[in-house]
Amino acid sequence: MQASISSSADSLSARARAWVVQLRLLTRRPGDFLFRGLTYFLVLTVMAIVAGVTWILVSNSLPTIQTFGLKFLTNDAFDPVHNTFGVGPAIFGTFITSAFAMIFAVPIGVGMAIFLLDYCPRQLRGPLAFLVDSLAAIPSVVIGLWGLLVLAPWLQASGEPWLQAHLGFLPFFQGTPQGVGLLAAGMILTVMVLPIITAIAREVMAVVPVAQREALLALGATRWEVIRYAVLPFARIGIAGGAILGLGRALGETIAVTMVIGNQASPPSLHLFNPGYTLSSVIANQFGEATQGLFFSAVIEAGLLLLLFTLLTNILARILIARLGRTRVAGLTL
Amino acid sequence: MTTSTAGVAKNPFQPNSRALDARRRGANILAITLTALFAVLAGAFLLYLIAYVASLGLKYINVNFFTQRPVAEGETGGGWATALQGTAVLVGLASLVGIPLGMATGVYLSEFGRGWLASVVRFLVDTLTGIPTIIFGLFAWVILVVPAHSFSALSGGVALSIIMIPTVARASEEVLRLVPRELREASVALGATESRTILRVVIPAARSGILTGIMLAIARVAGETAPLLMTAFGTTFFNTSILRPIDAIPLRIFDFTLSPFPSEQNQAYAGALVLMVLVILTSLAVRWATGGFRPRGR
Repeated sequence: MQASISSSADSLSARARAWVVQLRLLTRRPGDFLFRGLTYFLVLTVMAIVAGVTWILVSNSLPTIQTFGLKFLTNDAFDPVHNTFGVGPAIFGTFITSAFAMIFAVPIGVGMAIFLLDYCPRQLRGPLAFLVDSLAAIPSVVIGLWGLLVLAPWLQASGEPWLQAHLGFLPFFQGTPQGVGLLAAGMILTVMVLPIITAIAREVMAVVPVAQREALLALGATRWEVIRYAVLPFARIGIAGGAILGLGRALGETIAVTMVIGNQASPPSLHLFNPGYTLSSVIANQFGEATQGLFFSAVIEAGLLLLLFTLLTNILARILIARLGRTRVAGLTL
Repeated sequence: MTTSTAGVAKNPFQPNSRALDARRRGANILAITLTALFAVLAGAFLLYLIAYVASLGLKYINVNFFTQRPVAEGETGGGWATALQGTAVLVGLASLVGIPLGMATGVYLSEFGRGWLASVVRFLVDTLTGIPTIIFGLFAWVILVVPAHSFSALSGGVALSIIMIPTVARASEEVLRLVPRELREASVALGATESRTILRVVIPAARSGILTGIMLAIARVAGETAPLLMTAFGTTFFNTSILRPIDAIPLRIFDFTLSPFPSEQNQAYAGALVLMVLVILTSLAVRWATGGFRPRGR
């Protein structure tokens, strides 16, 4: 008790001293004071912007939150005529397309990282790594263009009928092949999150101590066994962090998904050929008419939910990556 | 009590039979094949995408592309001048706000940032990168478009500027931290004040790295579509007022892709080609500036 009082007094006097230092700065070196003040002002502006974004989304969602409550999450109508709104199909679509992307992108991405770090011949490594990294730089509208004009027609004509013929007993591959739909969106997302997952897997596997690899090699292990027993267990948590970072991107991807997913609020089903919706494509499709009332509020709440989901995934990912003592992944713009 | 070998753990990697050895070697070869396949396929996909987009779009890249505005379907000619102008205006507006804010945040984190405030700022910057860009479009739409009853270049610039902040901030912080302590001490020892040291010694020493971050941020926002859809909106006319809708390369690609006319769809490939070349040239330039094709890792 006493200790805590005295320590708070200490910190109080420390704070007072800090103010005195600031004041002295103002009188003796006004230039430094100005520069510091300007920097702090701009940083506070950035913080105010973040707070502002959150506040705008929360305050404008209140009408639908009050009207529909939790039903907004499950209701499948987005119906301005009857003034009922819900994002059930969109939440389902967001998660099923992202899950699809993760199922394929994580093993492929980690495999690519293993090849680029371990197996790849030295001369090939630089150029190949550059190509893989550049994949992340392709604007999503270009991926969407390719998805809508090339991938979707191909899926409708050949891909989906083939899947139906050979794997049609699975619930995923039933229904009418339509090209655009959940499957196309999932495939597009796989391509889009792959570079992130690979880049982070490469970063975290690169910090595995060389001695640990060499120890296993000395015992007579094959290079795969070195990866399997010395590298992957060490990098596991970091890889999981990278995968969740990729998940965050998949959840929020807007334009490419909007172009290939079909944009229909079909009831949740595992049939991947069906067209669907995601939270972000609801916003992109509905904002045009939604300028007031509950309709407006419903679009904003879709955004708020999206913000919430992506924030949670990002925070989780950063905690996992930070456990390796590397809060930042160098040379990567996410 | 025991014989010398009984207490020693057996080496699991010691080949003890021909069959086991073959299985282990097989697993290794399988791993090489699979991982190589993945990596080569991913690289090949990028090359294929560039080649495919170029094969359909290249014939539209001519003088008209850079000087004419889009024309109605059926007419000949027409180009992307409005989109190019719009992207330049939007990126310019975004840079005007995003670069100072981003750099100030980077300077703060590297030079002044200590204690809880720095942790909060660093956390915010990190989370800003992970927030879907359409959220910032939504924000600008609510505060600027809806009250004004008009889409505008200004709202697009605001949305893009927020997207720029974390990229610029992180790049600046990272390179400013790399500036050696001795350099700062030397400057202070010569009698320079803190602000003079930062502005005249530290920032110039980190100049190329900061520029790299700015270029990356510009490349990133130049390709953004979703936030512009609900702010800048797009138009096929030239626009001189930042309070009215403006076009952008990604918006025009989006529009033309959804067009029912094959000729317009093909023009979308032309825009996509220009956008991809811009982005990839930027990342090549950045790589060249930051030390070539050094592979990351070992």
